[in-house]
Amino acid sequence: MDEKLLELVDVSKKFDITEALKDINLYIRRNEFVTLLGPSGCGKTTILRIIGGFEQPTTGKVLFEGQDITSLPPYKRKVNTVFQRYALFPHMDVFENIAFGLNIKKIPNDEIEKKVKKMLELVNLSGYEERTIDSLSGGQQQRVAIARALVNEPDVLLLDEPLAALDLKLRKGMQIELKNMQQSLGITFVYVTHDQEEALTMSDTVVVMNDGVIQQIGSPEDIYNEPRNVFVADFIGESNILDGIMIKDYLVEFGGQKFNCVDKGFGENRPVDVVIRPEDVKIVGEEDGMLTGRVKSVIFKGVHYEMLVESQDYTWMIHSTLMEPVGKMIGLNILPDDIHIMAKGRRSHE
Amino acid sequence: MRKFLRRFYVFLIFLFLYAPIFVLMAYSFNSSRSRGAWGGFTLKWYRELFRDREILTSLKYTIIIAILSAVISTILGTAAAIGISHMRKVPRSLVMNISYLPVLNPDIITGVSLMILFIFANINFGFKTMLIAHITFNTPYVILSVMPKLKQLDTHIYEAALDLGATPSYAFWKVIIPQIMPGIVTGCLLAFTLSIDDFVISFFTTGVGVSNLSITVFSMARRGVNPKINALSTLMFLSVLILLIIVNVRMSRDIKAKKQREATLI
Repeated sequence: MDEKLLELVDVSKKFDITEALKDINLYIRRNEFVTLLGPSGCGKTTILRIIGGFEQPTTGKVLFEGQDITSLPPYKRKVNTVFQRYALFPHMDVFENIAFGLNIKKIPNDEIEKKVKKMLELVNLSGYEERTIDSLSGGQQQRVAIARALVNEPDVLLLDEPLAALDLKLRKGMQIELKNMQQSLGITFVYVTHDQEEALTMSDTVVVMNDGVIQQIGSPEDIYNEPRNVFVADFIGESNILDGIMIKDYLVEFGGQKFNCVDKGFGENRPVDVVIRPEDVKIVGEEDGMLTGRVKSVIFKGVHYEMLVESQDYTWMIHSTLMEPVGKMIGLNILPDDIHIMAKGRRSHE
Repeated sequence: MRKFLRRFYVFLIFLFLYAPIFVLMAYSFNSSRSRGAWGGFTLKWYRELFRDREILTSLKYTIIIAILSAVISTILGTAAAIGISHMRKVPRSLVMNISYLPVLNPDIITGVSLMILFIFANINFGFKTMLIAHITFNTPYVILSVMPKLKQLDTHIYEAALDLGATPSYAFWKVIIPQIMPGIVTGCLLAFTLSIDDFVISFFTTGVGVSNLSITVFSMARRGVNPKINALSTLMFLSVLILLIIVNVRMSRDIKAKKQREATLI
């Protein structure tokens, strides 16, 4: 599990004058499910295209099992891609599409037939061999695209927002199926998405990107619970982000109150960003809260209620299974563990 | 009444357009040599037509030049279209407009300028020059019929083929060419038709002893009334008509298929 299968070393990419990637250093281990997550234009697809061999990095190297493959053309790489809009061959039927790669490798026909059949079973499309691509639904085309890539038994499968064109229900189903496939086949997946929920559900490792720079690499739990900067906190899930002042180690001031926290090393009396997840704000009686506020709105979200609570200088977003009526004054408490301190930096939506 | 008038008007227009051709066709079956009188039905002129050495020779040249120029301009035009489609936007539209220009250019200017070019380059007029001329005016039509197919192409299809292990040339022959084949065939048919059809440019670029059917018809007509001309013109009209119908059916079928595909994507 610790072997570095694929590694990007100091990779940068310039298109004309725009810098799509800046000093990307990233390694991917065997059998890992890695997701590149970020808003559109953040460079995640460019990384995928560099791994696939469709783009050359302006500077830097791509290593595969320690070998430099930077200038190796796509057809010599042990990597296959599932394209965003599938890119199936419309003049071939389902069987011919899936057999395309095997035919090139000059595998005997009876073996090709066996492998294609097995793949179609895997993606639940048995009996679709002779169907034309045009006669398939979006979800079925998606499955053919996955089968066409997987039948070549690649060491790494690259997936470029493969579920973006599917409706919500189909997407949820495919997320689980893809994860199961990855685990049972033991293939490394590199998955590109802008959907943070998708990233958290499926991945072993999430790489959060913005403006061509890696913001954070970590497990889904790390990324969610310990975002390294305001961008990550804001992009992954909902967050309350407040201006605060780090009085000294383990003590921070925001909303006119001093709070104990678990962070240190920011110096004394330094302005910082304070990030608090909506579900970490505890609602208590008005007298018992460290902060107080008035409920401005309540929206039912299914599992929880989403409330906006107006305090002195900040409107809090709070998730709670219990509802408080609009207009009521309530108290708010936050545990030291749930306060995340970050050095001042840019936010994503500014 | 209104409906009747509308139909009558359409009828008049078609009469105006097609009356000369129908008269010509009718007279090709007229046994009398005179243009004024109907002397009964005959296939005599068609029989004579196929005994006439001059006409058969020019038929041979017409077909050979049509086939050669269609094939060569199809290859040139397809390669050019693929090159153009990979250009950036500004040079692409520039090159497209330049290749479109010969289509709009009056044939007589194309013909005369090619003639001057051949004189300048010191090439002997004859089969070779006529073939070069036909390739020249056919190529833009091939580009124009292949281009839309290339635009419809999913840009990732070529990459997908490379991704699955295809070399660039394998991907080109197995994936790109089959995808744009309808456009290539349409362009080839169009080029073939235009080559059969052409008089003006051929007239200026051919040499002694080499003439195609339209040049032969022209020189026969100048020599005086000969009902064989009617028969020959009828056959040429019909073959060009059939080819054009095939080209048009192919193009409209293409548009239909494209609409259908768009509908399934949505």
